[in-house]
Amino acid sequence: MALLEISSLGKSIGKAEILQGINLKAERGEILGLIGPTGSGKTTLLRLVNLLDEPSSGSILFDGREVSGRPERELLAARRRMAMVFQKPVMFKASVEENVSYGLRMRGRVDAMGGRERIKEALAAVGLSGYESRDANTLSGGETQRIALARALILQPDLLLLDEPTANLDPGSAASIDSLLRNLAGSRTAVILATHNMQQCRKLARRVAVLQEGRLVAMGKSEEITLPW
Amino acid sequence: MEEIYSGLLRALELIAARDPQVVEITFRSFFISLSSAFLAGIICIPLGGIIELHQFWGKRALINLIQTFYSLPTVTVGLLVFLLISRSGPLGDLNLLFSPAGMIFGQAVLVSPIMIGLTITALAGVSSPIRDTARSLGATDMQIIITVIKEARVAVMAAVLLGFGRALSEVGVAMMIGGNIRGYTRVLTTAIALETSMGNLELSMALGIILISISLAINLLLNRFQGR
Repeated sequence: MALLEISSLGKSIGKAEILQGINLKAERGEILGLIGPTGSGKTTLLRLVNLLDEPSSGSILFDGREVSGRPERELLAARRRMAMVFQKPVMFKASVEENVSYGLRMRGRVDAMGGRERIKEALAAVGLSGYESRDANTLSGGETQRIALARALILQPDLLLLDEPTANLDPGSAASIDSLLRNLAGSRTAVILATHNMQQCRKLARRVAVLQEGRLVAMGKSEEITLPW
Repeated sequence: MEEIYSGLLRALELIAARDPQVVEITFRSFFISLSSAFLAGIICIPLGGIIELHQFWGKRALINLIQTFYSLPTVTVGLLVFLLISRSGPLGDLNLLFSPAGMIFGQAVLVSPIMIGLTITALAGVSSPIRDTARSLGATDMQIIITVIKEARVAVMAAVLLGFGRALSEVGVAMMIGGNIRGYTRVLTTAIALETSMGNLELSMALGIILISISLAINLLLNRFQGR
């Protein structure tokens, strides 16, 4: 059974149809590439999957359970098994350590899960060891992106949603993030990687879904997909 | 003019000599107004958060109503609170009338619209990506409200300080609910009103200088918080 199964998903805002009839599956241990030009609906789709917005139509099955349109208590339980890194991540007005441990603290699990050690590990994984006490709002764009990734990874989510995670990074940092993501392949985590970079998709994702103007126009193995634009 | 000048000198002497009556009234004013600002803060800040972070029918109208209450005459609030806590009122059994506790309650009611309204404004200034990030990282509704309040802490603190300033400088509630009882409910504003009417201008001016100084200090604190 797929970890995530989306059927006929649609999202409209007013009369504008942002997404229409999206069907998609993601398995544990898989990195699924979601590629499309700016404005194709990638971010909207990730927000719907992360249960931040409500779809206008269709269903989202997460680990075999329908989660769209459910009460907030159920949405929260599902959301707590996911993590999302936004395209332009924001930091709370606090230290890097507090930012990275935010999700654990919201779950009341910092001490129970060896919080300090995990924070160190997460920062090391994104190449920012020793940044714990830094003010998170004084970091560069690339560092902010990596802290946002550490903040998501520390939660060891079942489903990791990444919206252009390397868009603000220099080539060296982007390569280290790519190798980190590659390590997630085959783990218990499913990753949906939204990007407009086909090269990155081919490097990391086994399958690629192509979005254009809110519709899924192609789906298949990354090496077999050719972009329609 | 000479009377004002000599009165001012005498007032400064009273302050410099730490006149027991001046000190006592000043401390009582501080205690009552700080308590009312604190009481209003612990209720109004979360309430402002709930209003700002939820969508519901009539939200805009409610915010407009709250903002209208910013300039509610203090005597009107005094009358309302008087009716609530007088012996025959719904809270009459609490014996709050003509007591510092009653004044704290009354002033808290008075400053509540300002605190709720300014909290809403402060939280509206926190970008929606912050809320989305908190929600995405598994925060509950209440945890999101606390996170957003922490993000807007400077502006929220300014709301509390403004509430404290309004409580300290109002006279209607203090007079109607406290009764201006010497040594018990007499505060800076009610004492100034009484001493002036009795022709005791030196004491009035001394208390007035203290009141203005406190207002100035609050303003300086506000500016400091806001980084100006």
